[in-house]
Amino acid sequence: MAGPESRRVDIAPVSAPLTGRNPGDLLFKSVLTLAAVAVPLLLGFLVYELYLGSELAIDRFGLAFVRTSTWDPVAEEFGAWPLIFGTLLSATIALAIAVPLSLGVAIYLTEFSPNWLRQPVSFVIELLAAIPSVVYGLWGIFVLIPFLRTTVFKFLHAKLGFLPIFSGPVYGNSMLAAGIILAIMVMPYIMSVSREVLLAVPASQREAALGLGATRWEAAWTAVVPYARSGIVGAVILGLGRALGETMAVTMLIGNRHEVAASLLAPGYTMAAVIANEFTEAASDIHYAALTYVALVLFGVTVIVNAGARLLIWRVSRGQVEGGRGV
Amino acid sequence: MNRLAWRRWKSRTMVGLMIAAVVLAVTPLILILGTVIVKGAGSINLDFFLQTPAPAGETGGGVAHAIVGTLMIVGAACLFGLPIGIAAGIYCAEFSTTRLAFGARFVADVLNGTPSIVVGIFAWTLIVDVQKHFSGWAGSASLAMLMIPMVMRTTEEMIKLVPHSLREAALALGYPRWRTGLSVVIRTCLPGIVTGSLLAIARVAGETAPLLFTALGSQFMSRDLGQPMAALPLTVFTYATGPYDDWHRIAWATALVLILIVLMLSLLARLATRRRFDVKL
Repeated sequence: MAGPESRRVDIAPVSAPLTGRNPGDLLFKSVLTLAAVAVPLLLGFLVYELYLGSELAIDRFGLAFVRTSTWDPVAEEFGAWPLIFGTLLSATIALAIAVPLSLGVAIYLTEFSPNWLRQPVSFVIELLAAIPSVVYGLWGIFVLIPFLRTTVFKFLHAKLGFLPIFSGPVYGNSMLAAGIILAIMVMPYIMSVSREVLLAVPASQREAALGLGATRWEAAWTAVVPYARSGIVGAVILGLGRALGETMAVTMLIGNRHEVAASLLAPGYTMAAVIANEFTEAASDIHYAALTYVALVLFGVTVIVNAGARLLIWRVSRGQVEGGRGV
Repeated sequence: MNRLAWRRWKSRTMVGLMIAAVVLAVTPLILILGTVIVKGAGSINLDFFLQTPAPAGETGGGVAHAIVGTLMIVGAACLFGLPIGIAAGIYCAEFSTTRLAFGARFVADVLNGTPSIVVGIFAWTLIVDVQKHFSGWAGSASLAMLMIPMVMRTTEEMIKLVPHSLREAALALGYPRWRTGLSVVIRTCLPGIVTGSLLAIARVAGETAPLLFTALGSQFMSRDLGQPMAALPLTVFTYATGPYDDWHRIAWATALVLILIVLMLSLLARLATRRRFDVKL
């Protein structure tokens, strides 16, 4: 590259005496330190602001907030149980669908697939992660919901309607629809992390199993997957974290009704969705505070979930270093 | 069937099931991209990029205001998010064993998992609630907050890939640490940092939730970050949930533009790192 550099003979600059500290170094380090300090400060500030914003609601409703079910801005009564229930249920549905699928894909890609297929498939699935959530919502409203309502939901309602979870009228917008869109959205995360974990399993592991006469599936399932187990669990929990906090697509599909319904075909609500829908139109200070309280609870749940996932993934990578030393 | 045949059969069945899983996993992408292109492409013309929306209920109009809004909000977010994120990433890589580095890394992971709507509330209490009006700046602040941990972690990972020998060679030649850092280490992994930054930009450009009660959205052209501003994801949301058919048409077209921007940024990001592998570190 011909540039200003090529004119100048680049010799080492005269540095300060070796005993002292180079003033440039000092500046370099302090600027970087400032940026690094800013990150924890931001988090602290976020927690502080959330607490401050929800103080009114915390004082008024206390911990009973997470148990009660009334949500009445006019009477200024707020309880978040239906929201928490909806958040947990939609995330559970999402994981129930996404985990087997993404594990299947991850195991196939690392253990079975021909080499030429690996790159394209993981690329395509990672593209899924790049699509904005609002586009999933748009697609859900106009394509997925009409499809589900006329086929899957109708079938479930007709054939399995005697089960409480498929009972009641079929609206389309429902817990199950939100769960399905969430499954599509979290699948790429679970897939790519568990693929990385599986790739990190030493070849000797599967060679030993194959050498003992295992079929390829047995080698993958009994030798490779257990080795990567806690990493895979970490990947799943990361996906759970995504599903819990996902807002737009869920808001557009879940039906937004403050109630705990037994049926998966009934509308529900999630913590993120209620904030998205009501925050700009909050009627009173206590309404704002209640919504911020919901955000605080949501934040707390995702922090716990993510910290757990990190811990598990970290344990796997640490385990590898130790295993490597042992061999 | 003897035992071996059964085991072979099981192995083949499981492989078959996994192939089915691959097909099932790839289908949504094809369906979503396909629908967005089919439903959106028809409405894209020059007016769509140059006009602001027609009054509710009328047909026609474009999303120029949202394109300008997204560019300005994301641009302003980069102004804060990229330098802080990159600098914090360099710190964590260069001084990787300090307590601050461990802390910052952990906090970044926590922030990465934080729902974007929670960050939106943070920006609301910090800026909107204080100023008593919605603004593009508040939107930028929430997006910057989302960018910092992403950019920080990728920067750190990229710097870690730089071989120690390069660093040692520079130090042995008498370079001070800061010059070694800037003109040897950072320059070597610059494409990687660019990749991380582009991926972060792509992700926040598609974010809707944190903008809902910060930038708010608007039906008019606004070039003032101090005022409520439109953005492409907000436009998709408003129009998709609105009552008019013409709005739905515009929602699809806007979604197409948004997807194209996001995918282009992601592809650019990949190209930037591909060059890194050519250089052969």
